[in-house]
This record gives sequence, C-alpha cells and structure tokens, in this order.
Amino acid sequence: MVFLGLWFLAGCEGGEEGGGNPPPGAGTTTAAARTGEGAAAESKESAAAAGPQKAWDPALGTATVRGAVKFSGAAPPRRPIDMGSEAKCKEFHQEPPLSETIIVNSNGTLKNVFVWVRKGLEGWKFPVPTTPVFLNQKNCTYMPHVQGVQVKQPLIIRNSDPFLHNVHSLPVRNRPINFGQAKQGMESTQQFTRAEVMVKFKCDVHGWMGAHIGAVDHPYFAITGDDGAFELKNLPPGVYTIEAWHETYKTQTVDVKVGANETKEIGFTFKG
Amino acid sequence: MVAGFFVAIMILTVLLFLARPWIPPVASQHGNGIDFLINYLLLTSGVIFIAGHLILSAFVWKYSRRGAPPYRPLSSRTEWAWVLLPVLLMTAISEAGVLVLGLPIWEELYGKEPKDCITVEAVGKQFEWITRYPGKDGKFGKVRPDLVHDIENPLGLDKDDPAAKDDIVLRGPLHLPEGKLAQVQLRSHDVIHSYTVPQFRIKQDLLPGFTTSARFRPVRAGKYEVACAELCGLGHYRMRNEILVEPEKDFQAWLSQQKGWFE
Amino acid sequence: MILSQELHEHHEPAGFLRKYIFSTDHKVIGIQYLLTAMFMALVAAFLAILIRIQQAWPETAVVAPETYLSLVTMHGTLMVFFVISLALVSAFGNFLIPLQIGARDMAYPFLNMLSYWVIVPACLLMIASFFVEGGAAAAGWTAYPPLSALKEAVPGSGLGQTLWLLGMALFIASFTMGGLNFLTTILNLRTKGMSMMRLPLVVWTFLISTILGLLSFPALTAAAIMLLLDRHAGTSFFMPAGIVIGEKVLSHGGGTPLLFQHLFWFLGHPEVYVLVLPAVGIAFEVIAAFARRPPFGYRISVYALLVIAFLSMIVWGHHMFTSGMNPYVGEYFSTATVLITVPFAVLGLNLIASLWRGRLRLQTPMLFGLGIISAIGTGGLGGLYLGTAASDIYFHETYFVVGHFHFMIGTVTFFAIFAGIYYWFPKMFGRRMSERLGMIHFWLTIIPMFSAFILMHVQGIGGNLRRTYDPSSYAFNEPVRFMHVWITVLTFVLSAGQILFLVNFFWSLLFGRKAEDNPWEATTLEWSVSSPAPHGNWGAELPVVESGAYSYDPSSSDKDFLLQAPSWKTSQ
Repeated sequence: MVFLGLWFLAGCEGGEEGGGNPPPGAGTTTAAARTGEGAAAESKESAAAAGPQKAWDPALGTATVRGAVKFSGAAPPRRPIDMGSEAKCKEFHQEPPLSETIIVNSNGTLKNVFVWVRKGLEGWKFPVPTTPVFLNQKNCTYMPHVQGVQVKQPLIIRNSDPFLHNVHSLPVRNRPINFGQAKQGMESTQQFTRAEVMVKFKCDVHGWMGAHIGAVDHPYFAITGDDGAFELKNLPPGVYTIEAWHETYKTQTVDVKVGANETKEIGFTFKG
Repeated sequence: MVAGFFVAIMILTVLLFLARPWIPPVASQHGNGIDFLINYLLLTSGVIFIAGHLILSAFVWKYSRRGAPPYRPLSSRTEWAWVLLPVLLMTAISEAGVLVLGLPIWEELYGKEPKDCITVEAVGKQFEWITRYPGKDGKFGKVRPDLVHDIENPLGLDKDDPAAKDDIVLRGPLHLPEGKLAQVQLRSHDVIHSYTVPQFRIKQDLLPGFTTSARFRPVRAGKYEVACAELCGLGHYRMRNEILVEPEKDFQAWLSQQKGWFE
Repeated sequence: MILSQELHEHHEPAGFLRKYIFSTDHKVIGIQYLLTAMFMALVAAFLAILIRIQQAWPETAVVAPETYLSLVTMHGTLMVFFVISLALVSAFGNFLIPLQIGARDMAYPFLNMLSYWVIVPACLLMIASFFVEGGAAAAGWTAYPPLSALKEAVPGSGLGQTLWLLGMALFIASFTMGGLNFLTTILNLRTKGMSMMRLPLVVWTFLISTILGLLSFPALTAAAIMLLLDRHAGTSFFMPAGIVIGEKVLSHGGGTPLLFQHLFWFLGHPEVYVLVLPAVGIAFEVIAAFARRPPFGYRISVYALLVIAFLSMIVWGHHMFTSGMNPYVGEYFSTATVLITVPFAVLGLNLIASLWRGRLRLQTPMLFGLGIISAIGTGGLGGLYLGTAASDIYFHETYFVVGHFHFMIGTVTFFAIFAGIYYWFPKMFGRRMSERLGMIHFWLTIIPMFSAFILMHVQGIGGNLRRTYDPSSYAFNEPVRFMHVWITVLTFVLSAGQILFLVNFFWSLLFGRKAEDNPWEATTLEWSVSSPAPHGNWGAELPVVESGAYSYDPSSSDKDFLLQAPSWKTSQ
C-alpha cells in the first residue's frame, strides 16, 4: 500500500503534464487550448535550439514593426450578454453589454487581437518589469478582455464587485489557479512561470466572464484596440515571426526582416 | 441538578420549536403533504421526547436521594413485557409515517408523468443555473458538450437540429405559471449539483451523465430562490437562481416576448 | 487457548522504547490510541472553530471559500475516523477487552502494535494535506466524484485529495488489523467461566462493532482505489461522458457517480453504528456501576444490538434519496431505515430502566452516562425525519442533518469517551482525576453541545443548507441566521470546557491522587487487578468467572457488589 501510494504521488506531480488527468490534447476541441499547446511545443523547440542568452542592451532596440489586423467578410452580430443571474450587474448595465468574442471595428479591423514576436528573440534575456499588470473584475466583466504580461511579472487580480468572483485560469504550461475572492477589494498577486499564449481566465460564478492573457518572455507584444492597429517598438534588428492571435479565429503568422532604425509595415487579415 | 437540566432542556426545546413557524411557508401542492408528514413526526416524536425526558428526570431525581426503595431483580418475562412497548410503538409510528403518509407523496412526485404539465430545463454547472424552455415546438433541441461556449452557446445547442432553433436559453430568473404542474428537467455539465426550492419542498440532485427531474405545482405567485444543495465547489454557497411564479396570462405574455437562442 | 496462555512465559519488556513506544501490551497501545485521538481532536476542533467563525460572521471572510470547504471536509474526516473511531473503538477496545474477558493480552500482540503504528502515518498524511498545493481535500468527508476526481473542480481535489485517499487506505488497514484482533480475542481468549452471556455489554459492542467494520470497510477500500485510478490513471469508474470544464470536454466516459455513492454509504452507514454502539456499551457500564444495579434487560440489549447491526447494513440508501437513484429503491430503504428506531428505542428504554430503583451516585462518569441517554433520545428521534423519504426531500443537506449527526456522533460518542476516560483513568494510570473539575467540565460540555445542536435542527427546519460558506446568500435563511452567532458563541464555551478537561487529564496523570484497585466498587474483571493494571494483567493464574458481569446486591448492608471472579486475588 505504501508503494502504491508512492506511485500515485509520483504520478500526480507538475502542472505541465497535468498529472494523471487525461492529457490536455485528448478530447480538446477549442482553439485556445490548441494554440497553447502549439505555442508550448514550438517555444520548447526554439528554446532548445537557441544558444546561451545575452542580457538585453536597450541601445540596440531601434527597429519597429507595425500594422493593422483587418477583418474581411460580414461582421458577425455581437450577442447581448444576459447577466440575469447577478441582479447588481444586470442593474448596472442599462442595456445588456455585448459579447466581446468577435469585435469588428468600424474601420473594418479586428479588436482584441494579441500580436507578439513568436520567433527571433531567443538569443536575448530581457529584464522582468516589477510594475504589475492588472486584471480587474468589475460589474461582472473582466477588464481588460485581452492583455499581455511578461513571464514572472506580477499580475494583480482584483475584485471590484461586492460579491464573489471565482478566478479560474486554464493554462497548459503554467500552474492553474482557482480561488474565490468573496469580498470587494480583495486582490491576489500571481505570476506566470513559463511563456504561454494564451491563457484563458474565467469566472465560474458568472459564466459569461472571460479574459485572455498572453505570457511572453519579452516585452514585444501588443493588443489591437478600436483602430485595429498594433506597433512593436524598440526591436533589435533581425528576422522575426510575428503571430496574431484571436480568440475565435485562432492564429496567423507573418515573417518580417527589419534592420537598425528601420520601420516595417505588416498586416494580417482574418476571414469571417 | 442533572434531573433539572433534562427537564429544562426538554421544555426549552419544545418552546423553541413552537416559538415560530420556522419552516418557510409552503407554496406547492405536494408540499402540503410533506408539511403534514413533518407535523405528524413533530407531534409523535415530541410526545416521546417529552415523556422520555420526564421519566429520565424523575428516575434521576428519585433514585439519587436517600430513602428510595432498593432494586429487586426482575424476571425475564417482565423485561420482555416492557420491551414490547417501544417495539410496538416505534414500529407503528415510524412505518405509519413512511407507508401511510409518505408513500402517496412519493407516488405523486415519482409516479407516472402527468399529461398536462409545463416542462422546462435547468442545467447546473459550476456555479450557475442556465434554464431552457423548449419553445413553440414543445421539444428540447439536441445538445452536444463539445459545442459549449460560455457566451455564444452555453448549453451547447446543436444548430443543425430543427428542434433547437426555438429553444429559449436564459441565465436569469425562471418564469412559471401559477397553478400549473411544472416538471423541471435537470442536467449537469460537470459535477453533482442539486436543485432545491425550500418553499416548494423540492430537492433533486443533478447527476452528470443522466437527466433527472423535479416535479411540483406552484400554488402561490411570488419570487422564490433556487439553491444548489449538493457540494459542487467553492462557489456552491452562491449557486442561486430565482423562480417567478405568475398568473398564467402574465406568464404567456412574458414567454411570447422571449426569443429562441438562434433566432 | 486458555491452557496455552497459562503456560506462556511472560517476559516484562525492558527499556523505554519497548515499554512505551513500540509496545505490544494492549494497555499501552490503547493509551497510545487515546493520546493520538486527543491530539487529532485538538486539530479537528480548531477547524471547527474556524468554520463557526465563518458561519457566524461571513462578512469577515476569515477564510477563502475554497479553504472553508477544506475545513468542513477535514473536520468531518478527522473527527469520524481519527478521533471517535480511534478513541472509542481502538483505544477503549484495546485497553478493555483482554482485561474484561480475563486474558493476558490480545490474540496477536505484534499485529496490534502494527495497527497503531500504521495509524500514525495516516494521521501525518491527513495533516500534511493542508500544506500541499491546493490545500486539503475539499469535496466533503463524503468525497463524491466528479468533484473529488477532478483537480480543476476545486483546489483541494489536487494533491490534497490524493493524500486523503492514501490516509484513508492506511486507516482501513489499521482498522482491519485491529478488528481481526478484537474478533479473535473475544471469541477465543475468554477465561474459564466467561460465557458470551456473561460478557460486559461493552465487550459485546466491541465485538459487533468490529464485525460491522470488517464487513463494510472493504466497500470504501474499493471505492478509494477506483477513485485513485479515475484521478491518476484515466479510468472512468465514476465519470460519465460529456463532462465540460472550461469549454473542454473531458475524455472520460462510461462511468457513473452513483456507484461511488453506493460504495461509500455501504461503509458510511454501518460506520456510524461502529461508533455509536461502543458508546452505548460504555453507557451501560457506567450506569450499572453508578446505579449499583445490573442493566435492565441484558439479553434483550444484546439482541437489540445485533438487530441494529444487521439492519444498519441494509439501509445505506437513505443517504441517497434525492440522488437520482430509482425512487422505488428509495422507498425500500426508507421502510427499512425507520425500523432501526425500534431496537434503538429498546436500548433507550433499557438504559432508562437501568436507573429504576438504583442507588445513583452522581459522579462525573455517571453524569456523562446520563447525558448519553438523553442524547440518544433527542438526536435519535431526528433520524425519523431523515429516514422517512418524503420528509427527507426537505431536510436532506440542511442543517437538520448536521444537527442530527452531531448529536449522535458528536454528543453521544464524545460523552462516552469522556465517561470512559473518567471511569477507567484509575485503571489506566493508577491515579484519580479531579472530581470537581470533572463536574465543571460536564456542565461546560452538555449545555453548549445540546443547545448548539438543537439550534441546528431548527436551522434545518428553516431550510438553511449545509457546507455553505456564506449563509446570507439566500433570503430564506434570514429568519434562522442569527442562530449561527449563538452556536458559535456556544462553541467557544465548549472549547473552554475542553481545555479544562485537558488540564485535569494531564495534571492528574502526573500529580493525581493515587487510586486503589477498585475505586468505583464495580464488578467487571478489570477492577480485580491493581491500578494501574500490570503487564500481563493476571500474574501466574488467570481468573475464573463465577457469575454474570453485574452482580450488584442492594440487600446486603456493607458491600453491595461482587467481583466477577471473586476468588482471584491480586497478591499472587
């Protein structure tokens, strides 16, 4: 019985493989999880391929890659969110807020696309910022809906509502978190220990709440706003694979080579 | 002093139970039967409780004083004769409750499904209730777990199933017509939950992999809280929904305003 | 058997380790169990205090919601298995059985020692589970899957639940070893003249309890192994297809959570009788000794105990009336369950009638014994509401259940533990506990316990559900919510009383007045030997029993009792 016990203990260690639970790949159908896995596999490869990393020298960051994420096709209607299960939230929003899963801007671009440098920076070791990023739960929505953070950078999760929110993340490479913040004002500081694009956060009490956070090893990421534009500044000259991630339309990549003091324009187009 | 304690606790308990009708006022038809059963049990167990404690106290008081007559051995026949008392009494009281009072209620709740009832569905998932009406076609559309999307399709409705087109899906309060038998079909997406409304005297577990159901006839209009009654995780204590019971006319008016999920 | 015992040469163990730590002497093992149970009781009581603070003042959020669930889970688990079973069955069973049947030790002394030392790592695993990632198991002491099977479902279902399952496996192993010992010893090692119907009633309860446990624990063992496999090996004993967590469909399929419930409660229900029956046995012992008369209806009580034991094995479904199982099966379980009130009523009548025309000595053991009678009646009657399926629809999972079981396996069992400690302390340690502190302890225990658990019944009538972190979540709780504050305050009073008890216990252990062989003038065999009982119990010659266990005779003027083996003398 002791040996049986030791066997099970050994088997259930670690967040990466998910212990003895069926491997994340099995039965998975959503894009987000597949992206996480793919990113995980590729980052592992590229990390293995890279040599020893050099400490980042900011003087070298002179290049810029920018552009916009376009959307082609008819903009799908945004479904109004029924917050009927939480009276306070339903009352706060005069009109039910609209779903954020697909937001097509008035200029035909796509909002909430996470754009980042996927390949090309493996030789550099970037300092980790100490300023935290925030994930705020307010009026039964996550703010912001999509954001990025660096690995090991503090992420402060805050409950600004006067009732329970359940912070539940579903990463593949990082340790999942699942805790309740029962009172208004409660904050919890977390961090990602490994790069992972993207990690979904959800609230189990309010099922419509969802947020996505990309954890990367470097500061070169951007999220498209109402104008669908992104800009990755202060890049060192080199060859890069830039990836755009959208929660519904998955990922696309573009390769770009940029020299010192150069600015290159790239674009992505997702089809509806 | 010990004897006094037993009398005191007995009196205080009886007073406490009688102080107020602690049970929330009943609002369903079969609930009246359950309340009758509970009152029957309170009466019978109450009499035993009072009598037992009076005798216990009396014995403790009398036989801890000096001068009480001493014990003499009793015959086996006497002992068996006395034992007959609790045997007959408890068998009668307990089985009358179960078989005479309880069985008809059980039959009402689990027996053959009546024709004239309104069927709705309540799906439990950590930690919310999502309710569904079958829509004008009166049929629930097919659901698939792999189609579940928390915002776009919380129940995983199959768009290709014609019966699913008019299914009404809500996160908010469930509306029911007053006086009509309601059957709430229950399904779970993840762990075991339980659907309970104290005023309706209903409680039914949701078993993942199965469909269970709760049946009741609401007899009084009003707003009622639904709670989850089987531990389901950290948000269990707040897995709450509301049922609005309203006159049939108002219910139909409200229902006609609801749009199907895919409309 | 008796012959071999007499010829067996008994060497007294030497050295501190062999005498007090790795001892095969049933008395030392019994005391080890008792001290371990007392320690685990402190842990479980601390958890209870946190639970009560959260219930009374939920706005303080003294713990996080997921931690609260670990608290209720571990409080229940530790109390049921690691406190009450350890104290009532393992501690008192080990200490008393050989003494009361006239044997020198248990049938398998080495196995006995092993049974204790398997419990120690089990306790450590349970305590360690609080400090691992995700915290201690949080799916309730009932550990229903899928909640207990999926680590995404609640943090405690990570490593914490695994440690819980391993700890339970060790506990069951220990109980099985101990149980086999009890069974063999009682059946085979009774001294000359000790027929079954001359056994003290508490020995009968140990025998029946043990058989109940041996028959029913295997179901939990099977369930625990299957749950471990579902958790770590991808099996689906309890997991149906189509479970969705975070928009991901899990790859399990083909199982049902109901299977776990059946297996768990197949143990779970007899388990509570494993705990309550020895408590009733101890009640009979102290009442006989302190009422100075034999118990009323000895033989009838034995039959009642046997009927309870038999019935307890075929009624487990009354925990599952609303589970979704076939309602007609539910109706059967209801009909059978309420029949248990019959033998219990018989025992209740026998206990009360055992006072009739006695000469009551209201010392501390007797006070707790009397409390047991009242608690059995008060708490037991609540069982009617829960065993009747139609009313259980309302009361299931409410505080009514919590009040009921805290009366039966809180008040009844703890009173028996206290009664037993006060009563047998002289035989265990050769000293007397303070009677005055004992009385204060009694009042500081009975008043809060009765009050708190009766209030819980009323909260249940009000519909207040159990395992709910914040009772203010529902408007229907409002009328009974104030009772949470009262119950919590009563808990503080109760805790103060237990501190007093611990002071009494340990101070008396070291400095108490030395006890004579038979300070209570009782009749059962253990009171023939010196206090504390010596190693080997009986010296060169085993006692020969000449009468039943309760020879009290009020007609004689100077001595109103007779020892069971009157011709056996300590000085041999």
